[in-house]
Amino acid sequence: MGTSRIRVVVGKPGLDGHDRGAKVVARALRDAGMEVIYTGLHQTPEQIVQTAIQEDVDAIGLSILSGAHNALFKRVMELLKQEDAEDIFVFGGGVIPNQDIPYLKSIGVAEIFGPGTPLDKIIEFIKKEVAKKRNT
Amino acid sequence: MNNSKRYTLSGIEVPEFLENYDASRSNPGEYPYTRGIYPSMYRGRLWTMRQYSGFSTAKETNERFKLLLKRGQTGLSVAFDLPTQMGLDSDNPLSLGEVGKVGVAIDTIDDMKELFDGIDLSKISTSMTINAPAMILLAMYVVVAEESGIDPKLISGTIQNDILKEYIARGTYIFKPEPSMRLIANIFEYCTKEYPKFNTISVSGYHIREAGATAVQELAFTLANAKTYVRYALEAGLEVDEFAPRISFFFNAHNDFIEEIAKFRAARQMWAKIMKDEFNAKKKKSQMLRFHTQTGGSTLTAQQPENNIVRVTLQALAAVLGGTQSLHTNSMDEALALPTDKAATIALRTQQIIAKESGVTNAVDPLAGSYFLEWLTDKLEKEAGDLIDKIEKIGVLNAISEGVIQREIQESAYQYQLEIDRKSKVVVGVNEYVQENEIVDVDILRVDEKVESEQKAKIKRIKKSRDQELVNKSLIALSEAANNPEVNLFPFVLESVRRRCTIGEICEILLRVFGKYEPTITI
Repeated sequence: MGTSRIRVVVGKPGLDGHDRGAKVVARALRDAGMEVIYTGLHQTPEQIVQTAIQEDVDAIGLSILSGAHNALFKRVMELLKQEDAEDIFVFGGGVIPNQDIPYLKSIGVAEIFGPGTPLDKIIEFIKKEVAKKRNT
Repeated sequence: MNNSKRYTLSGIEVPEFLENYDASRSNPGEYPYTRGIYPSMYRGRLWTMRQYSGFSTAKETNERFKLLLKRGQTGLSVAFDLPTQMGLDSDNPLSLGEVGKVGVAIDTIDDMKELFDGIDLSKISTSMTINAPAMILLAMYVVVAEESGIDPKLISGTIQNDILKEYIARGTYIFKPEPSMRLIANIFEYCTKEYPKFNTISVSGYHIREAGATAVQELAFTLANAKTYVRYALEAGLEVDEFAPRISFFFNAHNDFIEEIAKFRAARQMWAKIMKDEFNAKKKKSQMLRFHTQTGGSTLTAQQPENNIVRVTLQALAAVLGGTQSLHTNSMDEALALPTDKAATIALRTQQIIAKESGVTNAVDPLAGSYFLEWLTDKLEKEAGDLIDKIEKIGVLNAISEGVIQREIQESAYQYQLEIDRKSKVVVGVNEYVQENEIVDVDILRVDEKVESEQKAKIKRIKKSRDQELVNKSLIALSEAANNPEVNLFPFVLESVRRRCTIGEICEILLRVFGKYEPTITI
């Protein structure tokens, strides 16, 4: 397992239709050698968590620009716990005010990447987190 | 800086200087309207200052509307929340966390009445960003007028009603393409007669651009979509000169100043030629491209957000120099959250400063005759024209269902991001002139989480107090009408709205008959 390709689900939970960022990130992760499953728009947290478990991924990346981030991240974290899949780490991006980041981290979200984040930074973060995970 | 090749944002190579360029344009107000659709443009009447706004409950948005009007805004533009845009009620489980967030929550006519409380619908024009359920929201607007004693014939404004760009770029689609196109043709037919001052569609390049398209792609895909609507309406038996004068457009004002001005001018001359030559439209109004502009949301940065005021100013100036009919200027805090009162006011003031202080409104099309601008106008027309031809060979609906257009836009978006990451494209404050350890300290607007429970309680109250028998009757009639493609659905939706049906109930009926759109996922 230690050297297998990193697998990531990029998800668009909720009703938000802005998928430019999600698709750019998905493409960048793929170009960086990861296996990427993009869910498409309008997914429920349940659908995203199911996909993540079925696809046996290392990480879930959520993109939310609609302001519904607190509710949706919380639901995803709850479901991962319920499904005993907390080894999958969750990161995200979109229009998320700085003031909300401490809350999101407190419920277990690994990192939030705001507008203007270079793609390399996201790639490096995922690689590091996966390495940490696989070494334990 | 070296002296290597230079390109516009669309990738058009920019000549260092042009010795000459003979454009021989006709005057403003004359076909093909490159220089503007009216002879006197802003000397006669300024553009409409129309700030897109909406959040939380109808009551709160009504207060924001009144604030904006008090501060000199001249038209309204409604932002609906995502459940409303997706045809879902606030109490639907899929609406979790989204109620009142990116716009105002509307479930029934009673919300709509609160939204326009104290505003005279015969005097103000209202633009509504609503697409898949456009017919329902327009019907609600009509019923607000009816129930406040205003002749619906007097209402004016625009519904976006542009489903094709939802499939391509914006994502708030509900029904399959064919029945969606029928809804649009029904709106064209019914509203042109009944609400002659209402624009029945706003064909939108804005969101296509925001999704990552270049200026050339924005022009090409928007006009290709517009042609698709015209063809569809003609096939439905409508006369081109009856519905075409009520077609309006919506473009983005992005960063490349001259290219954007050229884009607006190119759009006008392209549309005029398309309508005259391809569709044989005789009326001048059918050939005139009237458009709304919004400054480019995706150009705004979360870093050093005050810089966004400058970006918006330049973009807005390009829209004005390009001859826009109405304008929304973005607020500086939009990469962070919804705009605060203060940020929204600065955005409006930006337009007022351009209109009243800068002097650019005094002469019509003041940049005409600039070799570079004129050359670029024609160049954009040529490149966008070629792209339209390419898409029309596949067919617009096919190109959408196969994801061809989406892939082109994604490719541009990805390349754009790579250029920023490589710093071959500079974004001030993001990849250059970065302030180390910057603490972004601006107030942001928060929508109270209570909105969701308030809306849910309201739906319950309305469902209890309305005449359920009339509700059922209207929904059955709607369902039967939907099953018969020959029938115009507008009167049936109107009746359901009058009977206090919710948006969710009406969409559910239509969804059963029309089927849900399942997109091709592309990355």
